[in-house]
Amino acid sequence: MADIPVPAPSFAFSEVLDRIRRSAEYVVIPLLALAASAVLFSVFLLFLGKNPIDFYSLVWRGGFGTSFSWQNTLVRASPLILAGLCVAIPARLGMVVIGGEGALVLGGFAAAVIAIPMVAWSPAPLTLLMMMIAAMAVGGIWIGFVGYLRHYRGINETISSLLLSYIAVSILNFFVEGALRDPSDPNKPSTMPIGPDTMIGAIPGTSVHWGLVAGIIACIATWVLMNRTTFGFAARITGGNVRAAMAQGLPVGRLVLVSTALAGACAGLAGFFEVAAIHGKANASLIAGYGFTGILVSFLARHNPLAIIPVAIFLGGIDAAGGLVQRRMELPDATVQVLQGLMFLVLLVSETLYGRFSIFKAKGA
Amino acid sequence: MDDVGLSTVLLAMLAGAIRVSTPFLFVALGECLTEKSGRINLGLEGTLVFGAMAAYAISYETGSPWLGVFVAGLTGVLFGALHGAICKLKGVNDIAIGIALMLFGTGLAFFFGKSYIQPVAPRLSSVELGSWSSDPNVQKALEVNPLFLIGILLAIVMWWAFRNTRLGLVIRTTGDSAPAALALGINVDLVRFLATAAGGFLAGVGGAFLSLYYPGSWTEGLSSGQGLMAVALVIFARWNPLACFGAALLFGAAGALGPALQSIGISRGYHFFNAAPYVMTLVIMILSISPKRSLRGAPGELSITK
Repeated sequence: MADIPVPAPSFAFSEVLDRIRRSAEYVVIPLLALAASAVLFSVFLLFLGKNPIDFYSLVWRGGFGTSFSWQNTLVRASPLILAGLCVAIPARLGMVVIGGEGALVLGGFAAAVIAIPMVAWSPAPLTLLMMMIAAMAVGGIWIGFVGYLRHYRGINETISSLLLSYIAVSILNFFVEGALRDPSDPNKPSTMPIGPDTMIGAIPGTSVHWGLVAGIIACIATWVLMNRTTFGFAARITGGNVRAAMAQGLPVGRLVLVSTALAGACAGLAGFFEVAAIHGKANASLIAGYGFTGILVSFLARHNPLAIIPVAIFLGGIDAAGGLVQRRMELPDATVQVLQGLMFLVLLVSETLYGRFSIFKAKGA
Repeated sequence: MDDVGLSTVLLAMLAGAIRVSTPFLFVALGECLTEKSGRINLGLEGTLVFGAMAAYAISYETGSPWLGVFVAGLTGVLFGALHGAICKLKGVNDIAIGIALMLFGTGLAFFFGKSYIQPVAPRLSSVELGSWSSDPNVQKALEVNPLFLIGILLAIVMWWAFRNTRLGLVIRTTGDSAPAALALGINVDLVRFLATAAGGFLAGVGGAFLSLYYPGSWTEGLSSGQGLMAVALVIFARWNPLACFGAALLFGAAGALGPALQSIGISRGYHFFNAAPYVMTLVIMILSISPKRSLRGAPGELSITK
């Protein structure tokens, strides 16, 4: 029989210290992983005869060095935050959903389509509201369907969500190059533009659109939902052990459906901002890979909604610097993708380090 | 649509099924081998794309497409070995590693493949099986790539070996119950490592087929999910190599539907038919998986069916 630990009677400064010690593990190990991947990538660059110091200083300059590059970074970070949430929310229930790209693309498409008949008569705020609702609903249904297949049909969510991504891209291409193509635009097949009057402006004083604020609010709301409500508590139990959760009588099916629908709504919202604040119409530019980078965002943040914000800004910065690196160092545009893939791999390898360092263990326990 | 149109479509679909199914077949056999040992490698999509790039580059530089196929297989071994080695570590999720390798492999392929998008590399030649017919359409439909025939042979050999050889038994035991394998003195991690590496070889060869035979050039949009669909295909085929062959043909036919209709001038809805293989994969998964009972023939250690 184990002894029941007697709580320390005094106010324990050491308790606070222990708490910091334990949570430090979740910060230090990912940072170590990032450092290790930076070193590995330097070796890769050296092999190609490129100077890694040039590379990292260009990434710094292109992503974070000037106020212009910061704004560019934040514009890219906002879809990444929302796409990261699309992975992080189902992850709480132990699901690996990687089809955020599809929900983003279809959400943006739905927003652009619902605006077509409305722009002629409706005031801009109403059009935008309807666009947002349409995007979130379509995205929510899209990923919610993944949750339905998972829980009620036993189909692996990773595979089904990625298949649905490919289907979403086909749906976009089918309509944009067919029935819904804007005939006045001969260059790139697109839907009718929503017009400059309807488009969302930038946050005053910047060139960053409001999607960033929406993303941050969504992260905070998700954090509250997952850490301060019974819903979140039940979701975490389900993520820990589905059978135990069912035995407890938790509504696992509903938890799965609501979580995946929320996740899809986040990705759909990202698509809405891409259309309403950047492109002004739906076309192949929506397929920019934000959904896939969002997977890395969420894993790097260890699926913690608050950690997603800085991680998305970090990866958005690397993304923003891609063009500069490409021009100055004559590297292919896939360079950023290689770096991200490498980070992802090293990060997953670092998972094995948890619990191995005694420095992170609580002293009192 | 008149009779001539219909027979043209059917012939084009048969020819297309044979052509399109070959990469499916190789990736599926590779994945089947890996999954039989109890691990799942979702990264085969990345292996496929990198294999396609490597095969094209080697064929262009050396002039020998078959050397390209072999090198593509070797790069596949490297990716598979990486997956196998990482999964051995404690606390690492094989599905997540697969996703990471998918992104990493595709990124590397695009990185190194940039300079090979323009040049034309020597392609694999085909075997004429249709010389008995005087109909040029039939002749064209039965121009078969040797890799397709090798794939069929491989499926038969694997099916036989899983049942009748000691090696097959070792792999199956490892996949069904790691503790049982351990008790028999089998090095579980080693078996899985080798099975993943060998599976990677096959996926790399599948990629070589894409760039060196059909569609027959290296572009960044060359593979769109074939590697992933192959994973679903293995589940549908119930981890049976022979059934993998049948399923690959079915998937090939679905993939060939769009281009076949285009060949008689129906190009409307091209993107719609492009989506057909994905929709079919999803529908097949819905029909063939039930949440109430475990899958017949599923390796017991497989995380994806638990």
